[in-house]
This record gives sequence, structure tokens and C-alpha cells, in this order.
Amino acid sequence: MTTTTTAVLVPLLPFLGALAGLLLGRRAPGFVRPLAILPTLAAAALAVVVAVAQGGGAGAGKAPVDAATRLTPTGSVPIDLALHIDGFAALVAVLVAVVACCVQIYSTGYLRDDPRYPSYAALVSLFTAAMLLVVYSGDLMVLLVGWEIMGICSYFLVGHYWETEAARSASLKAFLVTKLGDVPFLFGIFALAADAGTFRITGILKTVAVGGLDHPTLIALLLLAGVAGKSAQFPLHTWLPDAMAGPTPVSALIHAATMVAAGVYFVARLLPVFAASAAAMVVLAAMAAVTMVGSGLAALAQDDIKRVLAYSTVGQLGYMTGALAVGDRGAAVFHLLSHGAFKALLFLAAGVVIHAAGTNSLAAMSRMRGLAGRIPDAYWTMTVALLALAAIPPFAGFFSKEAVLGAAEHASTGHATASGTLTAVPTAAGWTVLLAGLITAFLTAGYATRLWLLAFHGKGPETAPDHGKQPIVMNAVLWVLFVPTLALGLATPVLPDWFDGRSLTPTLTTSVLGTGVALVGALVTYGAWRHTTALAARVPLGAVAVAPDAAPADSEESAIATHAAAYGDNAGAPDPADPGRLLLGPLHRPAAVGFHLDAVYTALFVRPVRAGARLVRFLDREVVDAYVNGAGTASRWLGAAVRRAQTGNVQTYLGALLAGSLVLAVAVVLVATGTGA
Amino acid sequence: MTLAAASHGFLSPTGVEIAFLLVGLVTLGAAVVTVITRQLVHAALWLVVTLGGIAVEYLLLTAEFIAWVQVLIYVGSVVVLLLFGLMLTKAPIGRSPDADSGNRWAALTVAVASAAALVWVVTDAFRTTWIDLDGAVQGSTEASGRSLFQYWVLPFEALSVLLLAALVGAIVLSRRNGDPEHTGGRKPAGGRRPVGDRAPAADRPRSGGPARTREDRG
Amino acid sequence: MHLAYPAVLAVLLFCVGLYGVLARRNAILVLMSVELMLNAVNLNLVAFDVWLRDKLHAGQALTLFTIAVAAAEIGIGLAIVLLVYRNRGSSDVDRLRDLAERPDGTDPNDDLTGGPDAAGRPRPDHQAEAAA
Repeated sequence: MTTTTTAVLVPLLPFLGALAGLLLGRRAPGFVRPLAILPTLAAAALAVVVAVAQGGGAGAGKAPVDAATRLTPTGSVPIDLALHIDGFAALVAVLVAVVACCVQIYSTGYLRDDPRYPSYAALVSLFTAAMLLVVYSGDLMVLLVGWEIMGICSYFLVGHYWETEAARSASLKAFLVTKLGDVPFLFGIFALAADAGTFRITGILKTVAVGGLDHPTLIALLLLAGVAGKSAQFPLHTWLPDAMAGPTPVSALIHAATMVAAGVYFVARLLPVFAASAAAMVVLAAMAAVTMVGSGLAALAQDDIKRVLAYSTVGQLGYMTGALAVGDRGAAVFHLLSHGAFKALLFLAAGVVIHAAGTNSLAAMSRMRGLAGRIPDAYWTMTVALLALAAIPPFAGFFSKEAVLGAAEHASTGHATASGTLTAVPTAAGWTVLLAGLITAFLTAGYATRLWLLAFHGKGPETAPDHGKQPIVMNAVLWVLFVPTLALGLATPVLPDWFDGRSLTPTLTTSVLGTGVALVGALVTYGAWRHTTALAARVPLGAVAVAPDAAPADSEESAIATHAAAYGDNAGAPDPADPGRLLLGPLHRPAAVGFHLDAVYTALFVRPVRAGARLVRFLDREVVDAYVNGAGTASRWLGAAVRRAQTGNVQTYLGALLAGSLVLAVAVVLVATGTGA
Repeated sequence: MTLAAASHGFLSPTGVEIAFLLVGLVTLGAAVVTVITRQLVHAALWLVVTLGGIAVEYLLLTAEFIAWVQVLIYVGSVVVLLLFGLMLTKAPIGRSPDADSGNRWAALTVAVASAAALVWVVTDAFRTTWIDLDGAVQGSTEASGRSLFQYWVLPFEALSVLLLAALVGAIVLSRRNGDPEHTGGRKPAGGRRPVGDRAPAADRPRSGGPARTREDRG
Repeated sequence: MHLAYPAVLAVLLFCVGLYGVLARRNAILVLMSVELMLNAVNLNLVAFDVWLRDKLHAGQALTLFTIAVAAAEIGIGLAIVLLVYRNRGSSDVDRLRDLAERPDGTDPNDDLTGGPDAAGRPRPDHQAEAAA
């Protein structure tokens, strides 16, 4: 089997699995679980085979695999079914397939009693296939197909608990906000193809290399809108925290590890296009900086454990876009890989925590004793994953984040060029990313510490409810993901061979600085927690659902459905014992609601759209319908008038008949004499 | 006919024409009274005058056989039948104010308009046409009988069948359907009662006796 | 004789009959008006037969047939009128409105039939005997 055939099978297998799952889901429930897991597992194995066969990327001098077949001759720019597998694609595909496997296995335990599990599993498979298509595709139109399938899968999966209001509105919001970015994205692709004369990535990169793009800034900014929507970057990030109303495995797969990384991956693939425009790079850097710092602040104020992780995801994606803004896509994809591993682990562990605690509220968990003892597997893996998130050496997050900060530091000195090109990276971008990265490192350590302390070190009168032992599949998956979280840093010397050959080894300055601020952040948070934790016992708070026999998904669904009712808000909780409240001070309230960005959107977009909709409704109901109804009413009135003639009196009928005949006869006579004369 | 037109003046009527005109006026007047009188029995009697006037017109047109048939059948039987009908439907004797229905004026309009149109057309068409009444008699009994039994035998026989069918139809319609005492002759209890005995008829569901009476007379 | 005389007389008789058919309320009076119209036609037939001096005497023969058919018609018509009167208690043409739609869906002849033993039910047979 050639590498090309293997690579084709990688997205195809989950797709067929999804089809079979959708078709057989109701009729043969016994096949659903194998159909969900086995194709994904096979795809993961094949992805590993492809990666091994590829054996490296540009850094090692290996040529990428390119295979294409003409899909549609469109008359102008043709569309090809093309593969373009380089080191980036091979490694990201391995990550996607492995995380998808873990999530599918985890879901069998997490959603074990869910009546909609067949469609859920099929959608996850379909999503996996679409993501793998995006990763492997060498043609932008085919990539866009996968991109949009991911979007619709995300919509369905976020709305999995559609009985709850929060999930319904979150799924709609996720769909609409990402589409808001996808429309400019589509135009950007068209503009790019019009300039380059092809949709093939290789052809585009060739055109860029000779400076053949006429409107690089316009194209880059249009594409950035789609990237911002998909990768949840400011200002289109607001859908991601709300998307946490979906099941936890979905959050882990789609909204942490893979789909949201697709935007970063896309920019990484086309980095020379963006690098051709200095303005685009600065915008990217500014976007990344705002996203990083803002999400770090917001994460400190969230009460829902999954929303903390969601804002953390937004921030880590900001790191990746920051790395891209300083022209180092190796660092960006390295962080993508390590983040995919540890964030998936964090989410899956959070699912276990939510099940065990019976709530998704940190405020409620902080009043619970002994939660860590109930779920040792989740406790230990999550501790390590949080350390990786806070970039504490020697875990994976440290190396990838230091690679980003090192690249930014390199760019700030003005010596950097973007990967794969000779274009110089603007110094401003370097400084912006470096500063924002350091601030975010501080904040990240802060909210990671807060999460850990509140969730596992609760001090309160009540012990954690006993939900029995967690399903073995869920715990096993945690340990599978624990391995890359712990040890991906060891790959640091090898990875440049797969990427552009640029060194990813941490430099001393940024390492000391980054780790230093992270430690400071952790210590400050710990201090604040020591200060506030005494309050926790005095202020009872929280509602806990205790249902030992229910599936984990049921606990989560009821937790999501009751959070707003119990705490007055989906995001925050009025908890004086929260260290985040002390740290943020007056910023706490704005941070909890995402700096009122939703309100801004409401004022800027929702209200005008609604007003427009009301206008259209008015026009339809009052103007268009007036004509339609008028036709009906006129006919009815005419019918009523004619009906009055139907008196049943035969003489009337006869009289009318004769009068009519008379008129006709006279007319005929007149006409006859008229023509005769 | 053009020669005839030349020999006759339009305003120089012959004696026959004057007689036709006078009888025609009487006939028309009687017809008008027939349709506007409020006394129903009078209407039938005025109808006799009208039909008789038309018979006279037939005579003036030298169609004597038709005239006698008209007198025999119309005046002799049809009007009598109509009178019986009036009586059997309990038509009020004397003036009945509601003899005309509400759409009298519409009817009048239609009738007058038709009359105007037809008179206009007819006079326009036959302005210069004269009937030659001086030749061989057209409607003598002999001539009519000859033509009737020479050329019109088959329709004549068909007409007799039609009359028979009408007779049967009238009987069937006038019978009381679904009355077991009446269908199948006069064998049952009803038959033993004297015809026209009203008192016992009251307890029967629907009286059969009077219907027989009417049939006997019709 | 001028042909216009019988023709115009026939036209006027016909229109008088027309008025009677349209305006009269009693069904028997309507039948009388129909007879008037038939006679108008007969008059035309005879007049034109005489004018044309037809060898076959088609006009007169047809007149005879018309008279016979009219006699049959009056017999059947009266039978129908009597039947209607027996069932409805009235022979007024403009009260026979079963075919008309009533907005309230009630039977338009409820006020006429009332019921088999209603006090206002006419006794046509009794009247006939009295008249005879």
C-alpha cells in the first residue's frame, strides 16, 4: 500500500463509519460502539503509518507527498482532489486521530445510557473525517468542504443536550459566529485563487514565492476573519465559552484539541501568504495579544469549570496565532500538538470531576471535602495537565510555550524571517507577542492554580457525594493522554526535522522569564486562596445533583441546565471565597461576562438584524400578505355576492336566462345588420 | 310577392285584415287579463276567451280544421283540466293579492324588451309580405286529413304513443306511492270503505280514498 | 292579408305568456301562460303555412302535433303540480326553494311542511271534493 492510498484511507474510514453509524444506529444498536471506535482507531493507526512513512518534513529535507486527481474542471480555476502531506500534516493528523480515538472510547462510558448516542457517535466520526480531510487536503476548496462539515458537526454536537435552553442557544451562536467568519474566508479563498490561478496549496505557495500576489493584505485579512471565527480569536471568540454547553467529550475533541486548531493549522500552511503582508502580520499579532490577555482575565473569573478551560483554550490558541504572527509556524504547530494533548486531557478529566462532584460549579466544589480522593486518576492526570498548561518544566506545555516565546523574542530583535520565506517579521509584532505572552503566562498559571485549588482542595462541611467508581474506559483514556502531556517535551530536538528546521529548544532568557512569571502567578493565586478560603465555610453555596447510577452525561446535563438558576448566571457565581475575585478586583464582573463583548454584539449586530427581521416580517405580513389575502377576500366577497343570486326561485333564474338570451339575440341582429350594411 | 306588395297598400286594409285586427285585439286583451288578473278562476276563463280568439284567427287564415281542433282540445279539455287543477290545489276563489310574485317588474321588463325586439325584427322582416288568401283553401278538413294521413302518418302514430305515455305518466304521478292499501287494487280494508268516507280516513296514516276520487274524475 | 298582422300578434301573445311565466306565483297560472306561448307559436305556424302554400302542409300538421303535445304536457304538468301540492301544501313556484343555500343550514320548507299532523296542513283532497 503506497503512502497515498494509506493517506486517502485515513479520512475515508471515519467517514464510512459515520455513514454506517447513521444508517444502522437505530436498527442494530449493538454495532454502534464498534462502528464508532474501530474506524477511528484504524484511522489513527494509518495516520501513524503515514507519519512514519513520511519520516520527516522540510526540516529533514523530505519532500512532501503530493497527489492529485482532477475533481471538477470548472472552466476557470480547477478543483482538485489533492493530498499535500508534509511534516505538519502528518503530525497534526496523528494528533487528531489519537484524540478522536480517546474521545470515542471515553464517550462509550460517558454517554452510556444516552438514547441519542448512535447519532452522537456518528457525528463525532464525521467530524473526525472532516478534520482529517482539512489536515491532508492540498486543495483549498476541498479543505473548505471539510472546514464547513466541521462547523455543522460542531453545531449538532454542541446542541446535543437540546432539551436545555443554554445548549440550544449555544449551538446556534457557535454556528452563526463561525459562519460570520466563514463568509469573508470564502471570499479570501476566491481572491487568493484568482491571484494565484489555482486552488492547490503548492501552486499558491509557488506563486507567493515569486511575489505573484496582487492583493496580499486584502487576502490575508479576509482569510484571517475565517481563522478568527474557527479558532475563536478576538473578536469572534465569544462562541467558544458558550459552546461548553455541549457534552464534555465534544468539548475535548472539537473545542479544545482539533477544530479550533484548524484555523491555526490553516495559517501555518499558508504562512507565506500572510507573511507577504506586514499589515496582516501586525493585525495577527494584535489579535493574538488581545485574545491571550483577555481570555486569561476572563478565565480567572469563570465559575463553570469547563468555561475556565474554554477561556484557557482561547488563550492557548492566542499563543499559537502569536507564534504565527512572528513567523514561526514550527512553534505554533508544536504548541498545537502539545496543547491538543493536555487540553483534551484536561477536558476529559473535567468530565470525570463534574460527574463525581455532581456540579460544574467551582464554587460548589470548593465547599466539598475529599473530591480528590474519590477520583485519584482524574486528580493526578489533571494536576499534571494543569502544570503543563501553566508551562512549568518539564512538562509538554513548557517546551511548546517556550518555543513560542523564543520565536517572539527572536522577532522582537528584528532578525526573524517568516518560515518558508525571506520576509522579515515586523519588530512590533515580536514585541507585542512577547509582552502579551509573558502576561498571559502569569494569568495562565493563576487560573490553573485557582482551578486546581478550588476543584480538589475544597474546604467545607460536606464531603463529595459518592457516585461510585468512574467507568474504567474514562480513566484509561486519561492515562493514555497523560503520556504526551508528560513527555512530549522530549520530542523537542526531533520536531524541527518535521517542521521548517528552525530550532524549538527553549532559550535561557525566555525560559527564566516565562517560568518565573508563571511561578509568581501560581504563588499569588495560592496566597489569595489562603486568604479567601476561610470564607468558603461561612458562605454556603451551590447545588449538587446526586445520582449515583446516572450516566456521567446526565449529571453534566442537569448541571448545565441548573447553573443559571442556581447561581444567577451561566458564567460566574456570587462566591466571596473565590480567589479570582480578590485578584481581579473591580475587573471581576466584566471578566466573568467576557468583557461585555456579547452585549456589544447585541447592540451592533443582533439588534439591527432583529429590527431588519421585524421589518421584513412587517413587509411580509402586512404588505405582501395583504395582496395574497386580498385575492382570497375579494374572491370570497365576489362569491358571497354571486351566492345572493342563488335564491332557489326558478322564475328568477328563468328571467335572467331570458334577459341574457335577449341581449345576445339583439347583439347578433345588430352585428348582422351592421355587417350587412 | 313583390307583385302582391305592389297591388296592396300598407294602409288600405281589406275586410279580412280588419276582422283579423279586431279579433286579434280582443285575443291580446284577453291574454293580458289572463296573466294579470288576481282571481285565479277568472284567469282560466279569460284563457278560454284567448284560445277562442286564436281559433277565430285560424278560421280567418283559412285553417278551419286547426280551428276546430283548437276549440275541441284547448277550450274543451285543457282549460277544464286547468280548472280542475286550480280546484284540487285549493286555489282561493275571489281576489288573491299575492297572485304575482315579487319579481313582477323584472318579468315585465324582460317581456316588454322581448316584445320590442321581436316586433321590431318581425315588422322589419315582413314589411312587404302579403298572404294570398284568395287561392285554394289551405286548411280545410279534407286537405289537412289528406296531408296528415299521406305524409305525416308516422309522426302521427308516434304522437299517439306519446299521448299514451303521458296518460300513464299522469296516473303514476298522481298515485300515492308506498300506500299498501292502495297499491294492488282495492282488496284490503281500505277498499271496503265507501269512497269519500272521510271519518275513518283520519286514523289512517295517509288517506287513499280522495286520491282515487281525483283519478276517477281526471 | 299582410303577414305582419299574424306575426306581430303571435309575438305579443308570446311575450304576454312570457310575462305570465316569469311573474305568476301559482304553478297552474304558470302552466296557463305556457299555453299562451304555445298558442302564439301555433299561430305563427299556421300563418306561415298559409303564406308559403306548403304542399305537405307541414305547418298545420306541426300545429296539430303541438296541440296534442300541449295536451299531454298539461296532463303531466298538472299531475306534478298536484303531487307538489300534496307534499308541500303549496303550489307557489317561488316557495319551492330547496335548491337554494341557507346560511344557517335549515330546511327552507320547514315552515311549509311542519309535520304530518300540523294544524296548518292543507287538505287538498277535501277541497277538491268540495269544489267538485
